[in-house]
Amino acid sequence: MTVSGGAYLALAALLFSIGAVGLLIRRNVLVMFMCVELMLNAVNLTFVTFARMLDDIGGQAVVFFVLVVAAAEVVVGLGIIVAIFRRRAGATADDLHILKG
Amino acid sequence: MIHAAWLIPAFPLAGFLLAVVAGKRIGEPGAGWLATTAVAGSFVATCVTFAGLHQLQGEERHVVDTLFTWIKVGHLDVHAGLLIDPLSITMALFVTGVSTLIHLYSIGYMHGDERYPRFFLYLNLFVFSMLMLVLADNFLLTFLGWEGVGACSYLLISFWFERDSAATAGKKAFVTNRVGDFGFLIAMFLIFGAFGSLDYAKVLPYSNLLTSGTATAIGLLLFLGACGKSAQLPLYIWLPDAMEGPTPVSALIHAATMVTAGVFLMVRVSPILTVAPDVLTVIAIVGAATALFAATIACAQDDIKRVLAYSTISQLGYMFLAVGSGAYTAALFHMITHAFFKALLFLAAGAVIHGMHDEQNMKRMGALRRYLPITSGTFIVGWLAIAGVPPFAGFWSKDDILANAWDKSPILWAVGLVTALLTAYYMTRQVILVFYGEARWQTAEGHAEPHEAPPTMTLPLIILAGLAAVAGAINLPFAKTAVLEHFLHPVLETTQHELVASGAHKVLFAAIATAAALVGIALARSAWSRTAERPELEPDVLQRAWRVDESVSALVGGPGRGLADFTAYSVDKNVVDGAFNGVAELVRRGGEQLRKVQTGYVRNYALGVAAGTVLLFAYVVVRVAN
Repeated sequence: MTVSGGAYLALAALLFSIGAVGLLIRRNVLVMFMCVELMLNAVNLTFVTFARMLDDIGGQAVVFFVLVVAAAEVVVGLGIIVAIFRRRAGATADDLHILKG
Repeated sequence: MIHAAWLIPAFPLAGFLLAVVAGKRIGEPGAGWLATTAVAGSFVATCVTFAGLHQLQGEERHVVDTLFTWIKVGHLDVHAGLLIDPLSITMALFVTGVSTLIHLYSIGYMHGDERYPRFFLYLNLFVFSMLMLVLADNFLLTFLGWEGVGACSYLLISFWFERDSAATAGKKAFVTNRVGDFGFLIAMFLIFGAFGSLDYAKVLPYSNLLTSGTATAIGLLLFLGACGKSAQLPLYIWLPDAMEGPTPVSALIHAATMVTAGVFLMVRVSPILTVAPDVLTVIAIVGAATALFAATIACAQDDIKRVLAYSTISQLGYMFLAVGSGAYTAALFHMITHAFFKALLFLAAGAVIHGMHDEQNMKRMGALRRYLPITSGTFIVGWLAIAGVPPFAGFWSKDDILANAWDKSPILWAVGLVTALLTAYYMTRQVILVFYGEARWQTAEGHAEPHEAPPTMTLPLIILAGLAAVAGAINLPFAKTAVLEHFLHPVLETTQHELVASGAHKVLFAAIATAAALVGIALARSAWSRTAERPELEPDVLQRAWRVDESVSALVGGPGRGLADFTAYSVDKNVVDGAFNGVAELVRRGGEQLRKVQTGYVRNYALGVAAGTVLLFAYVVVRVAN
């Protein structure tokens, strides 16, 4: 049995929406970070799906770039988050508004 | 032979460059002889080119020698090229010829000056610029020469810049000329706009395609430029003050050559003027008014050089009267004869000043003919020529102009005739005050006796006196003898009217002009031969040149200054600076409001990003749907 491309795209759209809503409504920095990852991977899934549907290797190649960039972003992001946890007890994104110019 | 024309400007340019590099090392007489040789070489090159041109026939006498591409931007394509035609070669002949003589004269006159080499450096640069002006094959190159002679004029008027008056006179000349140059520049813009080219060959033959409005605008603006350079009303005020320069400079630049550049320009663009008859009328009126105005002032001046300066303005007025009457040949004819006799008069005046140990006031001269025999003899030839006594040169050229002025309007002719009478009067007054009567200088100061000038100074005087006597022969008003007119014919339309051609009128006009000259001479003789003090004949208003300088000072210093202050302290401070500061303030306040967007809450930013994405998406969907 083969799953149709449309189902994959629907799943990707669902994952992306979960990520986007999570980013907007959650206050915990770590959770927000996970939401961003969720959105990124939803996009990756879209790319792979289209690559298979259109029989074009380009989509899969782009995914590799996204993975590499996401890995780099995780390193920087987690570094910042660890630095924040060292300074203060909780980790609410709103607490950090004191950093504005 | 004709393609060696580039040598004509190359000689003085080489002389200039040599003087720049090694002028100080060459030292006193050497630098002068070097410069003189350079200009003499240029004169020889001009003669050779003239001979080459003379071999060609009629319409072929129009040779363009392109040297190199000067400016090429978009449609603007300007070459540095020489236009050899009868008009330019006639100008070049008398420019280089008179310049050679004046260079020779300067060797003696500038003897002992501490900036001797620099003087000749400037003179050579001037001759080069003047030759570029007359030989150029396009408006822009002519303008380059035009500005070059202006700069040299400035440098040479204020040559003795330690004197305050000389420095001020130089500035005055420069600033006044800028007013005219503005007209020249705008005219060039209009010409380029109308024809897409600045080459004479691509503009002048097609000038009848111009609308009369454009032609009138171009003609008037070019005439404004000519007014500045050739000292016509109302831009003449710099020329009398230009006499602060050394006398050879007055002779070369401010009498014989540079000031004729305006007349040359008008003759060069005569095809455009033909399309705009209104401009010709304006030129004729301004010329006649200037001629009369300057002549009245010359009647009451005491400075020997100032009389000649106002006389120059007056004679230039004659030339413009001729141009305005459509008699271009007559204008050129008078320009040539004037170059000879006015250069002669100035150089002779310089010899008098030299001999009198820098005394310029004619009231403190007198009886000098016994001490300066050569100078006085040549000066008297110049006097007869400018007064219009036959058969000297000035008679023929002035007569030609008056006859043509009659054809334009009898009023202009009458003004010209009165000016001729005044010319004879003030020149006779000058001759009597300087060379005849009692020796007033002995009583004034017990100085050494006046002495005759050295041979390098008297030789040019003698040559110029010869030319001033016979130069009328180049264009005698008889059918076969109008050599100049026949030579210039391919360039200038024939403007000889029925009137001039008919013999009886010609004789009548000549008789009236001669009578006017003789009356002027007789009046001056009866008034000045016994005494040098006739205050009733020298009213204050004329001595002060109709108070024009004072009026200009009062106008510019009073309301003009007020306007400038108003512009600076009200308009500039509030409107211009206000607009500038207002924009800055607007940006500052806008930024202050805008910074409130930065809250520091990540969710706000995320919401913004999400909303933006949705909007973009919606926009794309709507566009694709349509």
